Order: sequence, then C-alpha cells, then structure tokens
Amino acid sequence: MMMIRQAAKKALGLTSRQSTPCSVGIFRSYHENVIDHYDNPRNVGSFDKNDPTVGTGLVGAPACGDVMKLQIKVDEKTGQIVDARFKTFGCGSAIASSSVATEWVKGKAMEEVLTIKNTEIAKHLSLPPVKLHCSMLAEDAIKAAVKDYKEKRVKTGGV
Amino acid sequence: MASKAIFSTLRRSLTKPHGGAVSRRHHLSTTSAATASEPYPGDEHAIVMKGVRISGRPLYLDMQSTTPLDPRVFDAMNASSIYDYGNPHSRTHLYGWEAENAVEVARIQVAKLIGASPKEIVFLSGATEANNTVVKGVMHFYKDKKRHVITTQTEHKCVLDSCRHLQQEGFEVTYLPVRTDGLVDLEMLREAIRPDTGLVSVMAVNNEIGVVQPMEEIGRICKEHKIPFHTDAAQAIGKIPVDVEKWNVSFMSMSGHKIYGPKGVGAMYVRRRPRVRLEPLMNGGGQERGLRSGTLATQQVVGFGVACELAMKEMEYDEKWIKRLQERLLNGVREKLDGVVVNGSLESRYAGNLNLSFAYVEGESLLMGLKEVAVSSGSACTSASLEPSYVLRALGVDEDMAHTSIRFGIGRFTTEEEIDKAVELTVKQVEKLREMSPLYEMVKEGIDIKNIQWSQH
Repeated sequence: MMMIRQAAKKALGLTSRQSTPCSVGIFRSYHENVIDHYDNPRNVGSFDKNDPTVGTGLVGAPACGDVMKLQIKVDEKTGQIVDARFKTFGCGSAIASSSVATEWVKGKAMEEVLTIKNTEIAKHLSLPPVKLHCSMLAEDAIKAAVKDYKEKRVKTGGV
Repeated sequence: MASKAIFSTLRRSLTKPHGGAVSRRHHLSTTSAATASEPYPGDEHAIVMKGVRISGRPLYLDMQSTTPLDPRVFDAMNASSIYDYGNPHSRTHLYGWEAENAVEVARIQVAKLIGASPKEIVFLSGATEANNTVVKGVMHFYKDKKRHVITTQTEHKCVLDSCRHLQQEGFEVTYLPVRTDGLVDLEMLREAIRPDTGLVSVMAVNNEIGVVQPMEEIGRICKEHKIPFHTDAAQAIGKIPVDVEKWNVSFMSMSGHKIYGPKGVGAMYVRRRPRVRLEPLMNGGGQERGLRSGTLATQQVVGFGVACELAMKEMEYDEKWIKRLQERLLNGVREKLDGVVVNGSLESRYAGNLNLSFAYVEGESLLMGLKEVAVSSGSACTSASLEPSYVLRALGVDEDMAHTSIRFGIGRFTTEEEIDKAVELTVKQVEKLREMSPLYEMVKEGIDIKNIQWSQH
C-alpha cells in the first residue's frame, strides 16, 4: 500500500515538473519544405528588366498582402528557360511557393512551364487550404513572366 | 507478492525516458536563447515543435498576452493552496473563516491599488467575464429606459462581441472611431451621447498598441451627463496610476495574469456611491454581493491580491526600467533600419507595449523568421483568423502596413540582453526579407508604389 502511494507520488512529482514547451508564436504548423525555402531561399534576386532575354511577371497587390515578381532568362535559340529569379512580399507560404516556382522552371521549355499547376506546388509544400492562393499566385507569376517575354520578342521583331 | 509486481511495473513506467522533457526542465530561463549562439547540428536540447526547430527557448517578449508568475505571488499561492482549502463561504467553522480571511485580505490589496473601497470589489474569473457582466448586466438592468451604448472601435474583442450580442437583442451601439494616434476624439464622444445612453465603455490602455486614453476627461464628460462609465483596465492596473475617483469610473475590469498574477482570476469594481446596478451573469447562492455567485478559488484570489500589492509597491521602479528598455529597443532598431513606424501615439503610451510596423515586409513572414523571439503580430484574439488587426485598421493604417505589425511586450523581468538579442534578430530578419521584397526594390529604384496598377486575381 505504502509503496504504491510512494510510487504514485513520484509519478505525480515527475508529471508536475514536465513543463510543456511554449508555442513559438505561430498559430499553425508549417511543412518543413516551406521552412526550408524560407530559411534557404533559392534564386532570390533580379535580372535587368530591359534585357531582351528576360521576361518579368509581377502579380498580386500589397493590399492583399502578397506580391510576387518572377523573372525568367530565356535562351533565344532553343526557347528554354536557363535561369530564374524571384522576389516576394508575402507570408512564408508565398515565399516558398515562388521559390519552388523558380526551381521548377529552370531548364524547361516555355510551353512546358505553362502547364505547371498550382495544385502541384501546393502538394509539394503541403499547403493548408487557407494558403492555396499563394500557389495560385505563383502559377500566375510564371504565366505572366512567359507572356512578358513573348511580348518583348514580338516588339523586337523576333519569333 | 501482487504489490511487488505492481510496484515494479510502476517503477519501469516511471523511469522510462520522457523524450526530452527532463532536459527541458533545465531550460526554463528565457535568457538562454539570448546567450545561445548559432544552433549546431545534433543539438539534443533543440526543441522541434510545429515544424520549427529552435535551440533553447525563445525570448519572451509578449507581455500583453500574458505575464509570467512573479515568484513571490507563487509562494503566497502555494501556501494558500495547501492551507486555505476551506470554502470561503462556509460560515460555520474555522476552515471557512480562514479562507474568507485570506480572500478579504486580497480584496483590500486590490482595492488599494485602484483607490477604491474593498466593499466595491467583486472577484471573478477574469477581465473577459468582468467585461461581459458589466456590458450585458448594466444594459439588461436598465433595458426599459436605456437602449444605447457607446464604445470605441479599438476595444478588446470581448467588449465588442458583448456589444454585438446586445445589438442582436435590439439595443443600439455606437462604435466611436479613433484618431490616427489611437486616442478617442472627445468631441465625437460628446456628440454621440443621447438621452437613452446607458453605458460608455472605453479601455484605459489598449492591449495591441498600448495607447493610454484620456480617462479623466472622459470621466468628466460622463459625470456631466450622468452616464455610467466602464473601463477595461486589464492592461492598466499596476502599470499606470489608476484612481477610480479621479477617473470617475463606475465599473472597472481587472485581470490577474496581466500583472504577474495567476490566470483564471480577475476582479470587477462596482461603484457604491452613487449606486449603479447591474444584473448578474452568474446566478446561484448570492456570493460576492449577489453579483457573481459561485465558490471563490481562494488561492487564485490570494495570488491576485499579492500581485496587486507588489504592483503598487514596484510601479515606479518598473516604469523606469521598462521605459529604459523600450528606448533601447526602439533606438536599436531605428539605428539599423529605416521605414520603421510606431503604431499609436508615442507620448500617451504605456512604455511596455511597442507596436512596430516595418515597411515592405510582411508580418507573418517576419514572425516566421523571428522564431527565437516570442512576440505577437497584433493581438492574440485575432491571431486565429487571417484578418489584419482591426485595431490597426481603426487607426487608419494602410492595408499593406496593417499586415506588417509586430508587438513587442516588455515587462518587469525583461533583461537588457534579451532586448539586445531581440534587436539583433529583428534587424537581421527584416533586412533579409527586404532583400526578398519586390516593393523595397521598387522603392529603391524610385518608383512610387501607390501609383502602380496591381493585377489582382
């Protein structure tokens, strides 16, 4: 009897000192891919807007809390995207979505990147439903960049 | 035989490793992160929670959401929990009398802090309950003659929600707008008063932006028109001098866990001369002058009382210390960064609340980077939804700036190293995010962002 009570007291003693760690101040959990892209963003930066091989897509609005600028450098002869850069004003999911977008467009043909769907980006980052619009914006940014490049080519009289 | 087997299984289960919980015991100090350097791989003291990995515990700079328990309060509560276990409302034996004594001592301590009589203090579960009781209780009592309530747009959610509830019942509510510095416009208050106004409710210190409202002037206006004046003073007591006579308040809500006291306890000041009536929210045995039935949690009340007494003694010292740390934080950040905006009046402000906006940087991404500092973006009440803070919107802050606010809460136990480390981390994250921000790039090139046609989808 006494030993059980002692053991129970020890159990109570242990559990009272087991402090639960405090929340780190964010209210939902981020997938580690999102955090990885945030801590080590790939391809942050800018190309020269006036370079004829560069297409720039600027989407979103500050009032909505999300602005993405995606730039692609295209090889004129082959039509392949050789490099990409991004800059984003937005939450962690928005930054990660645009970072993923720059990774996925590199080395692909322009027509191919137009088929990248926001659902694929969202799946890769395990975005919760409230953050799906970030992946949509990334898809829009890719399309806008390609469109801008094509318009530039038309102006300079290219293909 | 059987007991030996039971004991051995118990022993085995008790000595099973609890997955890092034991090691966490040694890291209760918030200054551990201040002195920790870069986390190295294989750090067995790293905490991984919600997908985030940090080494050591974050710095606690969120004093407006809650405060740590002052060790002296804990001592008093501990002793009271063990010894004062009687029901304070039991009239017939020593246990009840001792518990009642402890409660009455606490009542005097709370009353002294606000300049009231102990007979005017009612204990309940917190400021939210007090706000609900006053707003709904007063209007329900006078519902035949008084149908109108005046409050501000920057009140705490519990007051706003109680008012919305009253609106559904058929009362009318005026939500006064505030100026860009967060203060109420007294002329607008005067104009809003009607013959059937039953209550004016204005919080003394705002929990999000920390501005101190002109309480004496508002009290004077209410006295002129003979309207009961209620104030949510949860963030004010023990921090700025509070006097119910000078402010002419009829009702005041107070909270324990904002002044280094326990959670789950608060108090309501209900004026006796001139008498104001209200309908109780909790019906029952008629405890607390019939205004809040239910057995009091003696140790919580004792803790609250001790916290109030300590706050009264240390208010001046705390104010000097916190003001010093606030200046250190603000100057430290302003030295290294431009585009830092302080939300709310800097003059009429409680020093321990510093709400900053960093231009061209989004708040949630900044919070994600500030994982070694426990701060809040706006208020905890709105953090569950995605709205930009309604308080900032009421200040007239631009939509994109409303998304970028960070609230630093400085308190009695904050150290200079914590502030310095917070400044360092904040500056680093803001610079990193500005590098990534297309808006900052545009501003640096000289483009005016406000003139761009954004393509919204």
